[in-house]
Amino acid sequence: MREWADFSWQDGEGGNGGGAIALHGPLLISSVGPLDRQLRALDQPVTSIDLSNAGQIDTVGAWIVWRLAERYGAEITGAGDQATRLLEVVQGAQSTADIRPPHRSLPVRIFGDFGRFMAGLGHGTMRVIAFLGAIVLAFGGMIRHPRRIRGRAIVRQMELVGVASLPIVGLMSFLIGIVIAQQGAAQLSQFGAESLSVNLVGRLTLRELGVLMTAIMVAGRSGSAFAAQLGTMKLTEEIDAMRTIGVAPLEALIIPRIMASVLMMPLLGFYASVIAILGGAVISDLTLGVPAISFLLRVREVVPIYDLYIGLIKAPVFGLIIGLAGCYQGMQVEGNAEEVGLRTTQAVVQAIFMVIVLDAFFAVFFSNLGWN
Amino acid sequence: MASDPATIAPPPEAQDIVTDRYDGKYPIVIEGLQNAFGENVIHEDLALKVRRGEILGVVGGSGTGKSVLMRSIIGLQRPTAGKIEVFGRDITSAGPDEIIGVRNHWGVLFQGGALFSTLTVAENVEVPMKQFYPELTAELMHEIARYKVVLTGLPGEAASKYPSELSGGMKKRAGLARALALDPELLFLDEPTAGLDPIGAANFDKLIRDLADTLGLTVFLITHDLDSLYAICDRVAVLADKQVIAVGTIPELLESDHPWIQEYFNGPRSRAARDSRDRAAETTVAGDGDAHAQPAPALHDKITGA
Repeated sequence: MREWADFSWQDGEGGNGGGAIALHGPLLISSVGPLDRQLRALDQPVTSIDLSNAGQIDTVGAWIVWRLAERYGAEITGAGDQATRLLEVVQGAQSTADIRPPHRSLPVRIFGDFGRFMAGLGHGTMRVIAFLGAIVLAFGGMIRHPRRIRGRAIVRQMELVGVASLPIVGLMSFLIGIVIAQQGAAQLSQFGAESLSVNLVGRLTLRELGVLMTAIMVAGRSGSAFAAQLGTMKLTEEIDAMRTIGVAPLEALIIPRIMASVLMMPLLGFYASVIAILGGAVISDLTLGVPAISFLLRVREVVPIYDLYIGLIKAPVFGLIIGLAGCYQGMQVEGNAEEVGLRTTQAVVQAIFMVIVLDAFFAVFFSNLGWN
Repeated sequence: MASDPATIAPPPEAQDIVTDRYDGKYPIVIEGLQNAFGENVIHEDLALKVRRGEILGVVGGSGTGKSVLMRSIIGLQRPTAGKIEVFGRDITSAGPDEIIGVRNHWGVLFQGGALFSTLTVAENVEVPMKQFYPELTAELMHEIARYKVVLTGLPGEAASKYPSELSGGMKKRAGLARALALDPELLFLDEPTAGLDPIGAANFDKLIRDLADTLGLTVFLITHDLDSLYAICDRVAVLADKQVIAVGTIPELLESDHPWIQEYFNGPRSRAARDSRDRAAETTVAGDGDAHAQPAPALHDKITGA
């Protein structure tokens, strides 16, 4: 059972409303909670505080006694050696400083935050363009001086972005192929046109879904990894260390990552489309009564070759966006660990958003070219 | 808010908290301690007793397990064998919840300060209070946080700053303020002066000595800083050969003929530290008795001596 600190009150003489307080029990951080509440609620002045019956005391107990004495100009009596020493300590350490940075009023916050958001939007756009420019420059420099190309780093990143994501991209695509074929057949059967589900699977995956879903997966897997890695390296000053040694982070860290995602996206997108068509073939063999082999042969007849071109043209652009967003956000990290998380989230959200917006543009663009 | 460290563990029941301050002789007693990481044995049959009210310096070469020893005592590292008693309670066999009764009686300053980066300095100091003593009013906690910040030598305005806005030395002081938040009886310091300039380090040493004297702290101090050893430690424990090979005052240790101790305390850096301590001692009033209660080499002494 905890022993709480307590006090007794004695009215002073003269009827001026003052009184003497005698504290008893331990005056420790673990025991003064209720005492502090009661003393705060006091509505009468205190003329003296008696500590002779108090038990052990720590700085928190001393603080409460001293604060009370200070508030009413009361006299402290009966303090032992330890109490006297601690009273001196807390008296020398009093402070009225804020414990949080000052709070701004609501209108200031609304306009301030809005202004900062708009300015940030402008600066952000400028910085992204500057970042892109720096990458193009560095890339040009690397083409002129091929010895600066970091083959090993590029291959390593290609492995991480591409090879390592084969299983998950494959599984995802296979399931998507199954869903499209099965759902497509269910709807088309109302018109007696189940066989058209081949067109649905073949054209949809090669033209749109294969690359789009892969881009979303790569943004989640690799874009976030880029941002988190680079952000952590910035926090631990690794990137500053590289600069002082004369290694350009742009060449050593960023270009390999962006190149890896640009190069691997078409391959992954094509792979995803193929697996999705396989998934469609398997499900049609099992449930629709169309043999898998005739499903695949039919795909060759109904899918125009430009569907494949469309997918393969979009893929490296998506890869560029994912790589740029990840690396840019990673390089923007300043300060603390929370920032790494925020920037990583932003990298993924921005990448997926931009990929979907661009995909819509591409759809209109290629339709106008006559590639329907 | 999920990132608020105070919400990670549920606060202990108010009745479970041990309020009594420890009045035995040895707040830390270690017997037969063994720590091993796989094949790699760090400690073997290690024994150590820390006396109440002393500043015990712990020294040893890199990799001798000073930090592992500290982590074992504060329950972050479960030893493979042996017994550790803190305030007379066996913490090696206790579950995490049972250690809570002891945790509010010690404070720990980690090497980098280990401040919660999303909270201000004052909020950092309030975290342990909120965790252990939820009955305290918010105003009292703010007041306590403020004076603890000033107590550790920070300017009052530092209370509202975030850790990323502080210099390395200020982070250590802020970490110390958090370690002192609950008025602990036992303070663990892991290389508190590492990375500080000599003036900052001397000031920090003096601060620790002063706080230990006024607040009656027992301090477990891991250090590589010879100046700290000479200036503030009552006794020094030497870690080598997987054990504490010697504990005693520095003159006692100098008697030892263990090669590592000889090399450590008779090396050029050690002699320089001893000389500066002696010079500091000469300038203060003679006949003070306890040489180890002397403050760190005085500030002006260091500057004029350079």
